[in-house]
Formats: sequence, C-alpha cells, structure tokens
Amino acid sequence: MPTVAVYRKEHFNAAHRLHNDAFDEATNDKIFGKCNNPHFHGHNYELIVKVTGEPDKQTGYVIDLKALSDIIKENVLKRFDHKNLNLDVSEFKNLNPTAENIVIVIYNILRPLINSAFGLQVRLYETERNFVEYPA
Amino acid sequence: MVYLTRIEHFNAAHKLYNPAWSKEKNEAVFGECANENWHGHNFELYVTVKGFPDKDTGFIMDAKKLSQLIQEQVTEKLDHKNLNLDVDFLSGKLCSTENLVVEIWKQLQPHLPAHASLHSLKLYETPRIFVEYFGENL
Repeated sequence: MPTVAVYRKEHFNAAHRLHNDAFDEATNDKIFGKCNNPHFHGHNYELIVKVTGEPDKQTGYVIDLKALSDIIKENVLKRFDHKNLNLDVSEFKNLNPTAENIVIVIYNILRPLINSAFGLQVRLYETERNFVEYPA
Repeated sequence: MVYLTRIEHFNAAHKLYNPAWSKEKNEAVFGECANENWHGHNFELYVTVKGFPDKDTGFIMDAKKLSQLIQEQVTEKLDHKNLNLDVDFLSGKLCSTENLVVEIWKQLQPHLPAHASLHSLKLYETPRIFVEYFGENL
C-alpha cells in the first residue's frame, strides 16, 4: 500500500516572552529585542500535525482525523490555549518558549500518543509569516 | 469618493478582567480570557481612509505615509506589549477588542490630513473574530 500524509490543523492563543536568566538585562534586550518585554506579548498560534502511514484496508484511514484532533485538543490545546507559556506550561519553566522549542515540546507530547508505525511531523505558525517544523 | 485601506499588524498580550469584580465573577464572565497570567494574539488592523484622488498624484493619500502614520501613532505603542500594563492610552480601560478599536481611532484620527478622512477601522483579534468601528459617538 502507498504511504499517505494526513494533516490536522488546530490553533491556540498564548502569551510569552523570550528571556534567558543566564544573560544580563542588556544581553537579553540585545538578543531578544521587543520579544523580551517583561510584561509579555502574545500570538495566535496555528498548529499543523502531519501523520504519515498506509491507509487501513478496512477503514481507508491512515488515522481517524477526529481522533487525532481529540488527542491534540486534550494534550496540547487544553494546556496551551489562553495561557502564558512561560508561567502556565511546565515544560517552559526552564526552557525559552521560542517557536523552535514549542514545536519540539508539542512533538514530544504527541509522539507517544500516536501509533509508532506512523510518521509524525509538527508545523507551528507563530505569525502568518514565521513558522517552524519538527522534525526537520 | 474612493476608499483606501492599509493593513498593519501587531502582537500583544492581554487579559479580560474587571477589577471591580471578584476573581470568580471575572472567570464566569470572561472564561479563559480572564487568565491572570495573560494570553495573547496576533492582531490585524485595517485602516480605511476616504477622499478624492489628487489631480497630480492620483492618490487619496500616499499609502506608504499612511502606513508610517499608523505605525507611529498606533502599532509601535502596541506591538510586543501587554495591552493592560504597557499602553498609556488604554490605562484603566477593559482591554476588549471593542474598546481597543475605539481607542485606536482616537489615536489616529487627529493625525490624518484633511483630504483623507478616517472612514473605518477593522481589527482582527483572531482570523475568526474581528470588530469594526466607524467613529460614531465620539
């Protein structure tokens, strides 16, 4: 059977700031600029989850997209939507919530929840024009 | 009369929270938007001016100048900010998108040239939620 990629798109809104405790104020400001605002700023994030595999002979599905949506909602959106990524999401307690790190965290949350026979790739839009993908 | 629209964007944190109410009442009314640690959005701002094309330039107003004006008067004050804490013209106001669009009008309107008057503002909080304002009752 041929391998097919299926995609589910979800979104969440969150506040964050980019900051490294190991840097002094001037270095944080120099590297992260306005993203370092101590009062935070925020984004509408768009999340695209890609699952690749062979369509099941009985159902014709690679994965039931409703089931995939439920997995993303339950394990990612419930914890990220309308939250402050730095303060409310435990994974970022000691990890800078850049788009790069967010996409890795989301991948690591989802990977054990999706059949290991399937490929998984996550794309995250921070703005319409800035997006990241993992694994690369 | 011709209408010219310029689109600008900014990213910001905010929360919907009425300090006159208890935490419980805020959560009942504003739900997850009342999160005390803030949340955030990519805002899209559509600014529409109206006028007659100038005989010499064909412009109602130079769109590049309109962009600079919006950036100077509005988006530079909002971009990568916390709307509740960092913005002088929102101080003491509830940071709903409705209130925000009215306050943006007040910032921008006095700076437009006489031949290109402000017609409307459209402000997207998410791709599926937006407000419009035409300057009524100011």
